[in-house]
Amino acid sequence: MSTATDEFSTIPATWARRHLLDVESLSAEEIKLILDTAEQFKDATDGCKHKLPVLQGKTLANLFFENSTRTRTSFSLAMRRLGGDTVDFTASSSSLSKGETFIDTAKNIEAMNVDVVCVRHSTPGTPKLLSENLDCGVINAGDGPHEHPTQGLLDMMTIRESRGHIEGLTVALVGDIAHSRTARSNIWGLQKLGAHVIVCGPATLVSPLWEQLGVEVSHNLDEILPRCDVLNLLRIQFERQTTRPFPSVREYALLYAMNRERLTRAKRDILILAPGPINRGVEVTTDVADGTHSLILNQVTNGLAVRMAVLWLVCGSNAECGMRNGE
Amino acid sequence: MPTLLIQNGRVIDPSQGIDRVSNLLIRDGKIAGYDASPNGQDRIIDAAGKIVSPGLIDMHVHLREPGREEDETIATGAAAALAGGFTSIACMPNTDPPIDSQASVEFIQHQAARADQCNVYVIACVSKNREGKELAELGQLVQAGAVGFSDDGAPVYDPELMRRAFEYAQMFDKPILNHEEVRELTRGGVMHEGLTSLILGLAGMPSAAEDVMVARDLSLSMTTGGRIHVMHISSGGSVELVRRAKARGIRVTTEICPHHFTLTDECLRSFDSNFKMSPPLRSRRDVETCIAGLVDGTIDAICTDHAPHAAEKKMRELDQAPFGIVGLETCLGLVVTKLIEPGILDWPAAIAKMTINPARILGIPKGTLALGADADVTIIDPEVRYVVDSSKFRSKSVNTPFAGWHLRGRAETVIVGGRVKYEVNEKR
Repeated sequence: MSTATDEFSTIPATWARRHLLDVESLSAEEIKLILDTAEQFKDATDGCKHKLPVLQGKTLANLFFENSTRTRTSFSLAMRRLGGDTVDFTASSSSLSKGETFIDTAKNIEAMNVDVVCVRHSTPGTPKLLSENLDCGVINAGDGPHEHPTQGLLDMMTIRESRGHIEGLTVALVGDIAHSRTARSNIWGLQKLGAHVIVCGPATLVSPLWEQLGVEVSHNLDEILPRCDVLNLLRIQFERQTTRPFPSVREYALLYAMNRERLTRAKRDILILAPGPINRGVEVTTDVADGTHSLILNQVTNGLAVRMAVLWLVCGSNAECGMRNGE
Repeated sequence: MPTLLIQNGRVIDPSQGIDRVSNLLIRDGKIAGYDASPNGQDRIIDAAGKIVSPGLIDMHVHLREPGREEDETIATGAAAALAGGFTSIACMPNTDPPIDSQASVEFIQHQAARADQCNVYVIACVSKNREGKELAELGQLVQAGAVGFSDDGAPVYDPELMRRAFEYAQMFDKPILNHEEVRELTRGGVMHEGLTSLILGLAGMPSAAEDVMVARDLSLSMTTGGRIHVMHISSGGSVELVRRAKARGIRVTTEICPHHFTLTDECLRSFDSNFKMSPPLRSRRDVETCIAGLVDGTIDAICTDHAPHAAEKKMRELDQAPFGIVGLETCLGLVVTKLIEPGILDWPAAIAKMTINPARILGIPKGTLALGADADVTIIDPEVRYVVDSSKFRSKSVNTPFAGWHLRGRAETVIVGGRVKYEVNEKR
């Protein structure tokens, strides 16, 4: 009798990385492999509800040096859905407060024989630094404003799932582009999959330099809105800003919040994404966030599938994962 | 004191316009003659194929003592200087406590004498406790031996204080050396602001932060007649400003570090804290403008901004790691490899920027092989090629981005006051 596990074992093994540090360095084929794998996991686990124990005996350590609710929960659940174990670490209760460096902290966690660490840190580059200092796999769960690869991938999965393709779509990233790791991961990934990307926000948060990455720069949401197939509404990252980049939240909302009135001028099938946590009334009004165009909760579910895929690919390429190619 | 004869070397002394093969005689710690014959000297050094230069001078070094001896001490820093070919260094006052009193200047001198390596000159604070509020006792500091004033590590921020410093320091004909940075523009910054910082999500430090303060200081220098020395210049805009100011007769000099004409902000792609410095590594265009400034004389001196930090400090996350790298033991090789070998500077021009020019800026009687001058001499092997091995550094810290680099040219023998203080093949 065919089982879900057997079905899953047909995924081609073209993944050759030990870590997932960013989307920038991924090829389009690697991105598609992750998305395909995530879709299969989603199917095989009935929408991520059930277990598919392909990583039994493997351990994920969540090293969160910065606060997180959804990403950490998502990674933990993803590992458990794959039959693996998880161990959680939080900076506030760790030896970091005793003066230990984060590399030493990570090395000590690794010495407990974990197979993969998932790191969230406020400083760009810390996952890379860990990947150079640890033997186990490292997954970037967000490093400051640099990248948040699984968030970018789950956004792509959600768009692809809804539209069937990404190539040819116009996707606008709206908001605090300067401080957004999600924006960077989206830009790299969406462009590799053939989308036209617009970054939109106040000039203090969206400099003309972004054009050098191949994206269109706009400061006027109303002007670009009719052309957009997808709006990804990014949170204003007050905590990362050293100076206030706009006069008031009210003014920001006036210029950039996606609301019912703007929706009437958008494409009829426009997709609304938001990586969360969303600030209702700032980036998006409640009626739009909870409306029919919103895929915000689909993103959360897909996040679980993407993280299962990434964990399986990283652990599978790093060790003798019994399920690869049906072994 | 033994007599020394350095024979058959290519003697390059920009202070006298000398560039010729000659025998250099050293007697009683002084330069005693050219074209001398071997005649009973205590020691003869064969310098055939080598360059005989006035002892190199690094006018911008951090020795960390007192207060941060885990990073460097005066003894280890001075030893590193010798290994890099420097016979004289000037140390910055951002120690703990800062060098803002006669006693603290004398402490440095005492430790330097005890170390008995190279000459150590003291740059003292502009302001009391380096707080940028009140002028330090500049007159007493000069009496103690300070050769210039700086609050390096931080800019002299208050323009009124800077104006007074320019006015007051003129009484002693001492320069004010300023770290040019408007800190409101660099708050939280880790690297140069540009495309690379945008991609990496690292907080940027725009070139304008340097340019704006350079413009301020040039204006104050012009108003007061004071001498401004722009420290570790890095932005193309600043180079342009200094070039124009010199043309207008403003009393300005400037210096550049090897990393600022060698590396760009793209190095931060590695997220390696050994590429984190202040001012930051700039864009390719900035680097090219700086190199043009070296060629046309806008940039007077090459210094290292030797900034040792113990390994555990540099191992931290990029935004928590301190700024700066060690430079004493890689400077000469980088100058030879990146400026002389490609034909950007010739040997006399490069040596001038590492000898007589810094000596003149600081007003110290060094950087020359004139008869009767102190016999500080660096013998350079211009052809030797080697790989930078930071584990062999004499500096207490090894925070360098140049480890593993293939360089050409290094100091082979270093003579201070007529004594051989360093030889490359000596046992370390």
